[in-house]
Amino acid sequence: MLHFSNFKITGIVLLLMLGLLFALPNFMREETRLGMPGFLPSGALNLGLDLQGGSHLLLSVDTDTVQRERLEDLTSDIRLALRGERIGYSGLSRVGGDGNRGVSVTISDAGDMEKAAAVLQGLAQPVSGSVLTSFEQRADLAVENTSGQTFALRATDDAIAARNTRTVQQSIEIIRRRVDELGTTEPTIQRQGERRILVQVPGLDNPERLKALLGQTAKLNFHLVDQTVSGYAVAEGKRPPAGSRLIYTDTEPAVPYVIRRRAMVSGERLVDASVGFDPQTNAPEVNFRFDTLGGRKFGEVTQANVGRPFAIVLDDKVISAPIIQTAILGGSGRITGNFSVEEANDLAILLRAGALPAPMSILEERTVGPGLGADSVAAGRIALIVGFLAVIGFMVVSYSLFGVFANVALIANLLLIMAVLSGLQATLTLPGIAGIVLTVGMAVDANVLIFERIREELAAGKNPIIAIDLGYSRALSTIFDANVTTLLAAIILFQLGSGPIRGFAVTLAIGIVTSVFTAFVLTRLLVSLWLRRKGKPEALPI
Amino acid sequence: MRTLKLVPVETSIGFIRYRFIAMLVSSILVIASMAAFLANGLNFGIDFRGGTLIEASAESPVDLAGLRGRLGALDLGDLQIQEFGKDTDVLIRIAEKTGATDASNDLSAVERVRGELARDFEIRRVEIVGPQVSAELIQTGVLAVLAAIASMLIYIWFRFEWQFSVGAVLALVHDVALTIGLFALLQLDFNLSILAAVLTIVGYSMNDTVVVYDRVRENLRKYKKMDLAELLNIAINETLSRTVMTSVTTMLALLALYILGGEVIRGFTFAMIWGVIIGTYSSIFVASPLLMLLGVKRDWSGAQVE
Repeated sequence: MLHFSNFKITGIVLLLMLGLLFALPNFMREETRLGMPGFLPSGALNLGLDLQGGSHLLLSVDTDTVQRERLEDLTSDIRLALRGERIGYSGLSRVGGDGNRGVSVTISDAGDMEKAAAVLQGLAQPVSGSVLTSFEQRADLAVENTSGQTFALRATDDAIAARNTRTVQQSIEIIRRRVDELGTTEPTIQRQGERRILVQVPGLDNPERLKALLGQTAKLNFHLVDQTVSGYAVAEGKRPPAGSRLIYTDTEPAVPYVIRRRAMVSGERLVDASVGFDPQTNAPEVNFRFDTLGGRKFGEVTQANVGRPFAIVLDDKVISAPIIQTAILGGSGRITGNFSVEEANDLAILLRAGALPAPMSILEERTVGPGLGADSVAAGRIALIVGFLAVIGFMVVSYSLFGVFANVALIANLLLIMAVLSGLQATLTLPGIAGIVLTVGMAVDANVLIFERIREELAAGKNPIIAIDLGYSRALSTIFDANVTTLLAAIILFQLGSGPIRGFAVTLAIGIVTSVFTAFVLTRLLVSLWLRRKGKPEALPI
Repeated sequence: MRTLKLVPVETSIGFIRYRFIAMLVSSILVIASMAAFLANGLNFGIDFRGGTLIEASAESPVDLAGLRGRLGALDLGDLQIQEFGKDTDVLIRIAEKTGATDASNDLSAVERVRGELARDFEIRRVEIVGPQVSAELIQTGVLAVLAAIASMLIYIWFRFEWQFSVGAVLALVHDVALTIGLFALLQLDFNLSILAAVLTIVGYSMNDTVVVYDRVRENLRKYKKMDLAELLNIAINETLSRTVMTSVTTMLALLALYILGGEVIRGFTFAMIWGVIIGTYSSIFVASPLLMLLGVKRDWSGAQVE
């Protein structure tokens, strides 16, 4: 147990040097760190949101909306297809709990059944984006003759899963664009579970603004206003004309408008938006530009409707409804409303980033201000230093020189934890600091086990060198078993954890591994080197 | 140099002799914990109950009654305000509205509180947990504790014998029960970090128990004919010095955290301190006597010596 080949010693020393190298950036100032040559590790510990301040938002994407829209499209596809083949039908409707499951349709003439089945089957398409693992392409629709002359068309699970994945991915892309516009450093945006998105933005001074930006779908459309009927009349119960519908402004009190269902131009055709100021009133406004196709379409519609109002509709609310003064041919325009500069700026951001494919809701928010974060870092640092000194002092008092060996191992342990955390670019959270402090307390355990064993063997009358040897070898299986159990707990904690708790689990787990190494290998090496110098000691300083 | 020895090298305290008293004390404590849990329930934090938590800090000491009046006027529903660490800091808790399905209510509540407090407070922390998330956190939390205990059960079974495994796990259940009992009794905020503490306690207490069991196993091989009670007693006494040393160093680190680590993790540290005390007690007075009760295999001649 006490023999170390030079090869082994070199290995241990190299490992420690490597640890030092990776831990070093944490003790440097930012400028020094960034100025280091590229081959040296320069990453310092990542501070978690709870230490540097920032917002953590868990969003849920309402994918049902997309499924519903898909079924709406399907309903009209069925109508067109059956009409096209002159097949009589009735009862075309969406079915299932919330009209979300599928579409059912009843064929009028039993003789048309075969043809209808073929037509309906023809609506099915291969699931896009599915992995081609089988020769058989999976269809996105299941057509089933449920009873008599009724067909049920149901989106297949594959299709739903593929669509949800696409919706969430698109949402992530758009969220990323919106968050990037805020100019914060290193936001994390990732999918979590089937339909959730986790957004973590460090060092944000105004989380409300982030939420406002993420909470809006930002679907912009331009509709002609239906002037055949007054908005107020429809609001009071009059039926809107076919092809038109009632919507309101987002002002207080809300003003009703009747607009054409069909959009003149959809917001998807926007290519740019920016804040501008009205040359006359100096009020903030949003300037936008269409792509070629959108610009042409906008030009045509405005040319044909000079003198009539159109509505600019954002998320189903009218922002403004200006009168078309002249044909707008250049492909660009402006939105005026009662905006503040910031509102206009945010709207421009939203329009530039594009609309979310589905509405989102916020499930969880955790925001820590920079003040609290800094206080936590300071408190954590002091607690670590004091706890460390207390343990070090106690070890020396209890085990004298061997206590010093244990303390060297403890310091090496802290360096290694820091090095592993920096090297992995893991995130240090406040519970993570607690994990390190706790590790300091528990790390000496392995040495305590060994030293106590050595004392026992000495008490049993063994000669010092044999006592040391037996102490290390007999304590090994205990150290192993005892630490595996704690490691198991740490792994389960990691599985359970969200952000900060994970940070705790990570530091705890790293601490267990490094402390076993430093206690068992490093102190043994120190003891062995000490013995080499001492020759055969009569008694041990333990 | 003379070294400090909290426990003399040679001790022979008759721990096993007190096993009936210890069992009685432990049983009473576990029953009391269950009673406290059933009577009071746990004071679940927003992680598990849903709702909003806002930490705010003012320049001067906060007039809690005045603040209560100001925020009460906002009509936010069930509202709790308490001092947090210092008299200039407050913690505001707003309960989830019944029947809520997402966090939209909480979001608007936060906005209103922010508006009201903007003048004289710095908002230091906002946590909103919607009903979906809190339900999941309860589920994963319970699951995690069970999984932790189950994995210990299997590991110890694998490394020792089933009697050891059952004994260790009963000791763990004892520790978890007493921790939950304390939180139910004192009605301390039980949140995600306390759950993390419970899991860490599971790990720590197991660590302690394993050290004693390891020595028991060793002695079972060494003293084949010795009376089990005496054998267990020797094992506990032999490891006592280590048990005390490790508890003391861990406690030193925890006390530093508790006193200096700031208000945010005080609950966590408190739970851990309690857990270290209980875990140390249980490995001596619960886990080992249980081996007496369960009986252990005496013939280890076939077993490998490690």
